[in-house]
Amino acid sequence: MIRVRGLRKHYKVHERPPGVAAAFRSLFHREYKTVAAVDGIDFRIEPGERVGFLGPNGAGKTTTLKLLAGLLHPTSGEVSVDGHEPRRREDAYLKKIMLVLGQKQQLLWDLPPSETFELNRAVYDVPRAQFVETMRELSELLELGDLVKRPTRTLSLGERMKCELAAALVHRPQVLFLDEPTIGLDVSMQATVRGFVQRYNERYGATLILTSHYMEDVQRLCPRVIVIDKGKLVYDGALEELVTRIRPDKRIILRFSRPVDESEVASFGTIVRDGEPTGAPCWSIALDVHMDAVNRVVTEALSRLPVRDLTVESPPLEEVMSELFARGKAS
Amino acid sequence: MSLRSTVTAFPTLLRVGFMDAVAYRAELLVWMLATTMPLVMLALFTTVAADGPIGRYGQPQFIAYFLATFIVRQLTGSWAFYEMNFEVRSGTLAMRLLRPVHPLWAYAAENLAALPMRLLVSLPVAAVALVWVGRQATTHDPVMWGLFAVSVLGAWLITLFVNFAVGCLSFFVESSMKLMDTWLVFFFVLSGYLIPVDLFPHGVRAVVDWLPFRYQIGLPVELMTGAHGTAHALGLLGRQWMWVAIGLGTTSVLWRSGLRRFAAYGG
Repeated sequence: MIRVRGLRKHYKVHERPPGVAAAFRSLFHREYKTVAAVDGIDFRIEPGERVGFLGPNGAGKTTTLKLLAGLLHPTSGEVSVDGHEPRRREDAYLKKIMLVLGQKQQLLWDLPPSETFELNRAVYDVPRAQFVETMRELSELLELGDLVKRPTRTLSLGERMKCELAAALVHRPQVLFLDEPTIGLDVSMQATVRGFVQRYNERYGATLILTSHYMEDVQRLCPRVIVIDKGKLVYDGALEELVTRIRPDKRIILRFSRPVDESEVASFGTIVRDGEPTGAPCWSIALDVHMDAVNRVVTEALSRLPVRDLTVESPPLEEVMSELFARGKAS
Repeated sequence: MSLRSTVTAFPTLLRVGFMDAVAYRAELLVWMLATTMPLVMLALFTTVAADGPIGRYGQPQFIAYFLATFIVRQLTGSWAFYEMNFEVRSGTLAMRLLRPVHPLWAYAAENLAALPMRLLVSLPVAAVALVWVGRQATTHDPVMWGLFAVSVLGAWLITLFVNFAVGCLSFFVESSMKLMDTWLVFFFVLSGYLIPVDLFPHGVRAVVDWLPFRYQIGLPVELMTGAHGTAHALGLLGRQWMWVAIGLGTTSVLWRSGLRRFAAYGG
């Protein structure tokens, strides 16, 4: 479905030091710097896959999505999406894809979202019967109700995002590029959007590429992740494997039936603290333990401590990513 | 973009554009007020002409000329540049580029969609003109009315292509707004918007005849007021459509090369 080989996007950026003198000098002499937003990446994505793009700010995730959507012309390299070269922006290609930018909107600001849906029906040449059916389905899944009849400017951010998604899917795209689709939304709205995106993928077999700063989006939706840092691909594979590779430990959370001193637990693994140690006995403790030692630690903790409840989980993805990017900086 | 997609979608683009134009009532009103300069010039020149005609213009001719100017400006105005400039710089052009309809067609449709609202202003002015200066205000030749219709289309296309071309410069330079301002200065002075072109000194007029500005306003007004015979009018129309072709070519080249530089900033 998607093939990317040696993809590069370099920008020439005008640089100017602060101050009036520098501004005046720049009238006569300008200094430019070449910024490699995407710097030679390769990957393949099969039809129906859900892939998360991860990376720190400015890593090149959104630029890659824009290159895939045909908004940007690559500096070099090859991109093919379902046999199309995106930068040519052929009708047939644009009818197969959609890019949802969480920080940009396609909804007509002063008109109700239903007008944008109708506009998209016309420009994507969607048969009326299919349009009615799609809108019924989208309204149900996204619980749009009467939102579509109110002017867009009067909708809340979450309501707008739901309508944005509906507008983006009027033509039932086979490839969906989602850039920060849950940005700024509250927790319950994030869950609604995530659930909807997953159902759309399952219902239509659509290929999905997602970028998000909310790791839960990626964890819930994307079995595979591609990590980009400084425009280069640093990891491509299963999310679980990435977590294991970067942080080969599990987090054991112990809850006690009476307060326990940290010293009684210290030998089991590394204690995870929110702040400075207080020295006071505590009712619960989180430990990072190497995955090979989990069985032994659990057995010993159950036999030696007043454990009321115990959970074993992977370390939060946020921490894994922070560690991965910190290593990138160090190297 | 295929022509078929565009043709299919065009009525909807017009409908949505009209609703958008109606939604921005205040903006539309301000724009209309901003185009009342010909009425100011009308007052000025009719006062001056009270002492005797200037060139071929007596008081009735000035009234006819400037009311016609007001109507032609309403019919041929375009503000596509301002939207393009904003959308290129903010990156929101991206949302248009994702749709299978050429963005320039979409801008054109939005422009056309505001026409009914402008007619609402123009038609009463046309009625006033007829009552005020009588039927001699306009040509009686049906052929000339046909040529007038062609010239209005040509004037709109030149104005639209100028907006597109300067809008495309936003892909290349940060100061395209200044370029548009500069264009507008020449437009106001040389198009016949403020002063009839045939009142310019002979040498200046010879130059103006080969520039695009006159064909944005002056020519349709002159045809409407019966200033030319058919043969001369056809010659002028030829020059006007030469500028339409130049505008189309320039826009096409700038759009293609500009898109390669589009950075789709933000988000």
